[in-house]
Amino acid sequence: MKITSLLPLAFSIATVAGFVTAGEDSTLTIEGEVFVTKAAAPAHLENVDEIFSGWTFRLDETQALQMDDFDNPAFVFVDQALDQFEMVEGSAGKACSSCHDSAEVFSGLRASMPRVNSAGELETIPELINNCRTERMGAEKWKWSGGQMSAMLGLIGLQSRGMPVEVAIDGPAASFWEKGKELYYMRVGQLDMACSSCHEDNYGNMIRADHLSQGQINGFPTYRLKNAKLNTIHGRFKGCMKNIRATPFKEGSDEFKALELYVASRANGLSVETPSVRN
Amino acid sequence: MAKGVKPRVKVPKTAAAGETITIKTLISHKMETGRRKDGDGNVIPRSIINRFTCEFNGENVVDVNMEPAISVNPYFQFEATVPEAGEFVFTWYDDDGSVYEKKKSIKIA
Repeated sequence: MKITSLLPLAFSIATVAGFVTAGEDSTLTIEGEVFVTKAAAPAHLENVDEIFSGWTFRLDETQALQMDDFDNPAFVFVDQALDQFEMVEGSAGKACSSCHDSAEVFSGLRASMPRVNSAGELETIPELINNCRTERMGAEKWKWSGGQMSAMLGLIGLQSRGMPVEVAIDGPAASFWEKGKELYYMRVGQLDMACSSCHEDNYGNMIRADHLSQGQINGFPTYRLKNAKLNTIHGRFKGCMKNIRATPFKEGSDEFKALELYVASRANGLSVETPSVRN
Repeated sequence: MAKGVKPRVKVPKTAAAGETITIKTLISHKMETGRRKDGDGNVIPRSIINRFTCEFNGENVVDVNMEPAISVNPYFQFEATVPEAGEFVFTWYDDDGSVYEKKKSIKIA
């Protein structure tokens, strides 16, 4: 009877690695379920033939963390969100669970968001959550990338895990999608780079010590080893824009929402991996 | 009392007699070191899990003392040989006196 690991959570990757191994060509299975991490590119993609989940670009150790729900540190936050789901807040004396029987009713939601609502506006899950909080619960809004928000996004996204991403880009969504596409290819900042400079022209290459992925968002919110918390899609967009020395748009802005729709559509066909683990 | 503390344990449901199994444990805890200061310059008092034990049918498997350098959400992975069916008892001791306990029984297949 020996202790093989005394390491704290954030540094436990090395130990886990010896346990489950994964590689660039390996398959992502979680609890027996097989995930699509490679697929033919959706028809609207002009410059890419095959799409890859960010999981395929990560090291074996990081990949292994996502293959076991106990090892996946994101589940600490999902558990917090489960408690939050039952917590009564606000003037109406309601919790999430007062209206929604369980988080499972959101099965499939993450795979189809963002979408255009009946009022013709592009809506995202954080906005749905905050609408519920202010309109139905009479509670305070959550910050876009706050701890409670990202945990709840993780819980809601988990219900769609394994389902293929399928966001609508036609009909009422078309104008938002075009705007997002324009932003994706727009060079900005002191480094004069667009999203496509890294994630389309150079995925698979190293940018200094970092292995560039295709920038797919099918695993968000994602637990990042660098900051040991769940990261939201818009938070990641912001980080990318800072890296290229541009002034980021605001989280929840029309620009980021349109970009989210476009980037989500680039992953059409990959499995939802929420909550994923990345470096 | 520390908030949001939740112990988690992963033990196989069954094992062959004499088999060595891997046990994973994690407790969510903020593990305040006692060395940080708040906005007014006052020291935030230490609040960590200071001891973790695992017993199988009353027999000690591991007994660990923890110090403030251990990061948040301490995670332990260790191996144990299972001679017979029984129950694992996991216990975490908090600085504030709270004791968190989790039990998992295992059958012989």
